[in-house]
Amino acid sequence: MPDPVLSLRKLDAHYGDFQALFGIDMEIAAGEVVAIIGANGAGKTTLLRSIAGLLKNQAGQVSYQGDTIGALRADQVAQKGIALVPEGRQLFPSLSVEENLLIGAQTGRAGQWSLGKVYALFPILKERKDQASTTLSGGQQQMVAIGRALMANPDLILFDEISLGLAPVIIKSIYDALPDIVGDGMTAMIVEQDIGKALSVSSRAYCLQEGRVSLTGATDTISRDDITRAYFGVEA
Amino acid sequence: MEWISAIMQGTLLGGLYALFAAGLSLIFGVMRLVNIAHGDLIVLAAYMGLSTTVMLGIHPFMALLIVMPAMAGIGYVLQRGILNRTLGGDILPPLLVTFGLSVILQNTLLELYSADPQKMNAGVIETASVPVGGLTLGVLPVLTFAIAIAVIAGLQFIFYRTALGRAFRATSDNSDIAQLMGLNKAHVFGMAMALALAVTAIAGILLGVRTSFDPSVGGARLIFGFEAVIIGGLGNLWGTLAGGVILGVAQTIGAKIDPGWQLLAGHIAFLVVLAIRPQGLFPRVDH
Repeated sequence: MPDPVLSLRKLDAHYGDFQALFGIDMEIAAGEVVAIIGANGAGKTTLLRSIAGLLKNQAGQVSYQGDTIGALRADQVAQKGIALVPEGRQLFPSLSVEENLLIGAQTGRAGQWSLGKVYALFPILKERKDQASTTLSGGQQQMVAIGRALMANPDLILFDEISLGLAPVIIKSIYDALPDIVGDGMTAMIVEQDIGKALSVSSRAYCLQEGRVSLTGATDTISRDDITRAYFGVEA
Repeated sequence: MEWISAIMQGTLLGGLYALFAAGLSLIFGVMRLVNIAHGDLIVLAAYMGLSTTVMLGIHPFMALLIVMPAMAGIGYVLQRGILNRTLGGDILPPLLVTFGLSVILQNTLLELYSADPQKMNAGVIETASVPVGGLTLGVLPVLTFAIAIAVIAGLQFIFYRTALGRAFRATSDNSDIAQLMGLNKAHVFGMAMALALAVTAIAGILLGVRTSFDPSVGGARLIFGFEAVIIGGLGNLWGTLAGGVILGVAQTIGAKIDPGWQLLAGHIAFLVVLAIRPQGLFPRVDH
């Protein structure tokens, strides 16, 4: 593997007394699309929140482009080029659609993504740009959440359950847009409950089970049986 | 005609109350912080204006050029150094800390300036008046009201038309997610407090030109500010101006009936609004 963009070394995470991640090791190369799968409560969201800086870690536990970033605040991590599309979309209700997108560009990082390019990717958002973000449908809100992350021109983008609560036809249109997003060498981590969707767009997968990596491999070599075992922790 | 005059005077007085309230409203709107020391910060600004005018021999309005940035700087340092540490799930720590700050400010001012009432001298503008229709309006109250409108329009512009305002609103909505956008919450809150205390500087100078003040008058200014915010509705700056006007008119009408009723009438108007519309007359509508 070439030099990894992101590497995790024995990453632990805690919520108070509860330990959610146990010594996660992970390496992700530039331009890779990696799926993170696992059951509810396996630690997928916690993993992304740790990388994004919303949960504090020891500095050396997360390395990104050669820097140790585990102890940085989320805004410092964002400046370095990691963007998170959070679970449940989490748009700013006081901001219009366009303002939600503009605030994504707050880091001031240069790159190809701009308001015009996001509107070209999701044309419906241009029609709705002055509406309050809460008046959009779930799928449109998800487009805003993705667009907002892209506006930061990240090198690494983290998607947390972008299909959650959306109709299948909407999920399909969002996943159809993914190759346009990650096609230009952007590195991506995709957390999904929908294993089929996650594996179809990724080249490699990690399966988490109760805070530990239970399976890893290229998506075209791991079998359904392996996944079932890693997912549920039982012999299939 | 006398009644119309009283209503006009009350309306203009409302401009000053709106200036007391605007900073309070801004601080609460952005960081859900109830600043008990706000009245004392207004008095602090008045004393800073007094010292500046005396030392440099300049007009109180010119002193704003010094007092505004100074108060903004104090606000930023205060927020990042102390108040940010009190913010969290619990509403009590910021209340207690700003209450303590209020006590410290009052006693420090008492130590430095004594309890003697002071006043800033603004020259002829204090007594100048203009005839409007059959009424005579003081130039200073009219100017105060105009400044209040300008300040609120300016705050409104910053909130809804600039990147800073966007950052305020986003951080107020969800500070974790705002942090993901590269916004440092501690800095955003510091900027909000700096802006609020810059407005407080204007309020303090206008207070000190209008009436005499001593270190103990902050508490009443805080109450007037609170009442204007609550009457107008939380989170709506134009509503705050309306709240200030209603409070001011109630006070002058009360004083017209009986000079002893001035403050009582204001508080009664506040209680009536609170009883009938607890959310205020113009609460923020989430668009």
